[in-house]
Amino acid sequence: MLVGSGPGGLQLSYSLSRLGIDHAVLSDDPAPGGMFRRWPVFQRMLSWTKPFTGVPRTSRAYERYDWNSLIPDEDAHRAIMPPLMDGTSYFPSRPEMQKGLETFAERTGIRIRYGCHWESTRQDKQEFILGTSDGDYRAPVVVFAVGVAHPYRPPIPGLDQVPHYGDFRPVESYKDHRVFIVGKQNSGFEIATGLLPWARQLVLASPGATKLSVNTRTLVGVRARYVQPYEDAALAGGVIILDTTIEEVRQEGAGFIVRTRNATDGRELPMAADDVIAATGFVSPLRDLPALGVATFGQSHLPAQTPFWESATVPGLFFAGTLNQGSPGLKKHGIPSNSGAVQGYRYNARVLARHLAETRFDVRIPRPQLQPAETVRFLLNELSHGPELWHQRSYLARVVHVDGDRGISDEGILPLSYFIDAGGPDAVAVALESNGQGDPYPAVYLRKNGVVSERLLAPHPLLDFTGTQYQRELGGILDPVLSASPSPA
Amino acid sequence: MAVRDDNVNTIAAFSLFADLTGPQLEEVAHRFEEAFFGDGERILRQGVSGSGFYIILEGTAAIRVNGVDRSTLKAGDYFGEISCLLGEVPIADIVAATPLRCLVLPGGQLEGFLTAHPKVMYRLLQGEARKLKNTTKWLS
Repeated sequence: MLVGSGPGGLQLSYSLSRLGIDHAVLSDDPAPGGMFRRWPVFQRMLSWTKPFTGVPRTSRAYERYDWNSLIPDEDAHRAIMPPLMDGTSYFPSRPEMQKGLETFAERTGIRIRYGCHWESTRQDKQEFILGTSDGDYRAPVVVFAVGVAHPYRPPIPGLDQVPHYGDFRPVESYKDHRVFIVGKQNSGFEIATGLLPWARQLVLASPGATKLSVNTRTLVGVRARYVQPYEDAALAGGVIILDTTIEEVRQEGAGFIVRTRNATDGRELPMAADDVIAATGFVSPLRDLPALGVATFGQSHLPAQTPFWESATVPGLFFAGTLNQGSPGLKKHGIPSNSGAVQGYRYNARVLARHLAETRFDVRIPRPQLQPAETVRFLLNELSHGPELWHQRSYLARVVHVDGDRGISDEGILPLSYFIDAGGPDAVAVALESNGQGDPYPAVYLRKNGVVSERLLAPHPLLDFTGTQYQRELGGILDPVLSASPSPA
Repeated sequence: MAVRDDNVNTIAAFSLFADLTGPQLEEVAHRFEEAFFGDGERILRQGVSGSGFYIILEGTAAIRVNGVDRSTLKAGDYFGEISCLLGEVPIADIVAATPLRCLVLPGGQLEGFLTAHPKVMYRLLQGEARKLKNTTKWLS
């Protein structure tokens, strides 16, 4: 059973079908697309699709530049997004994104029971029972891809009385208003950007300092598209950005008084506003899953997951789509994976489909064999062009097993934390990594006699790791395991 | 005073943050991220770079060196600071001995956090002094 028809649900259903796994997909919605049927409120995505890259759109390598198309096995269904975009921006509009998801579902024949509302969840011996508006469904494995789109408001007195991000009114209705936005993440800055030509004064406030993606060199922080209010504040225009706690939101006349308190000196500052908007994030709509034992964490109440996206506390329940943020992986240097976004979780879904097929449905997926002489080149090519490694840094890895009798096999893409922690035969995993300072660099994890050691290679200014220096260095690292593999026939 | 979320209430009782005001505690709860680890899951990995500074909110964890458990950590305890302060890879595994809930700060942010909160730095220093004393006692 799979619940949800957003990008995560669509990708998983597609990947399961291609592995021959029978499953049913239920969705509350009337059509595919998930949250992209409504949001972002200003109708433009934050994820890009570059139309011209010098890489054929029918190639796997193009996925690195196209963050929005789902990923098929067949060339005919690749890169669905570029032809649907009108050329005015390399960020697709929301309707273009929705059209892309609908097109993928239609062309690849994904079957979904729409308008079916998941109401309850029970566990009966080895099976889960989903109570729905169309009756009960039973299955030994259930995957929830229900997004993180339920509005969240922190427990601030009075904040429950103001509109949330999702309740944003037509922009004209904020004309000449003083607007107070609670929250300084992308959703708050998206609204502030849209209101720049309309609002008299904009205040963005929350306890933590604003981070910008161009400074973190990751997707952590406010994206460049929404930085204009930040510059306006820096140049003392009409935007004010405060690092304060919000003590209370009180209605006064037709407007509001927001009591704020500076986190450093404790000083209180009351502010008058005509409108207050809670851009305070979203939680996952997990219904009764916590009562079933599913542990959640963080402000978004994400379900805690294993490296293969199974509930950390209720075996048999899995998650796909943006809920995959609940499986953080190594999160090196505090940098999260891209599992919260389409360009990241589309790969998780494919890995999860393989994992479910092999561990739950007795499907054995063939492993291509490699010759010792070609292994180094193969891994360096994956590091330079493999879209899974580029989009899911320090999170997904290309894994090669080296067996003294059976030779060298390409095990495909696996969660890096699983490779490091699970043990197994002599093997190597390669991943791309970032530390938030310079360019990404290759990381090599060598498992020899059950012990994993980490080696980090230097970055390359042109992001090309196929040269002779990398060949020499990786060859040296792999020598202890490759020299023990059988000689080529 | 605003209604605090659960993590602010939890860390208010930890000795590391005993000197902070309410708004400062809220700022700390915002600056750190919450993380959850299943029973048996590794949090720090011996020899693997890029880790952080962790404070346990709930549950217990084992300090494991070369596969041997050396000690147990509980709510209010912290780990990872040696690796962050020295800029080196961890010299031990930290493994969840129960379901474990933590706050975590990336290693690269620890210096800025401590210098912005000298009282927390002093409490951390006291903690390190206690660890050194115990190690010295154990060695002698």
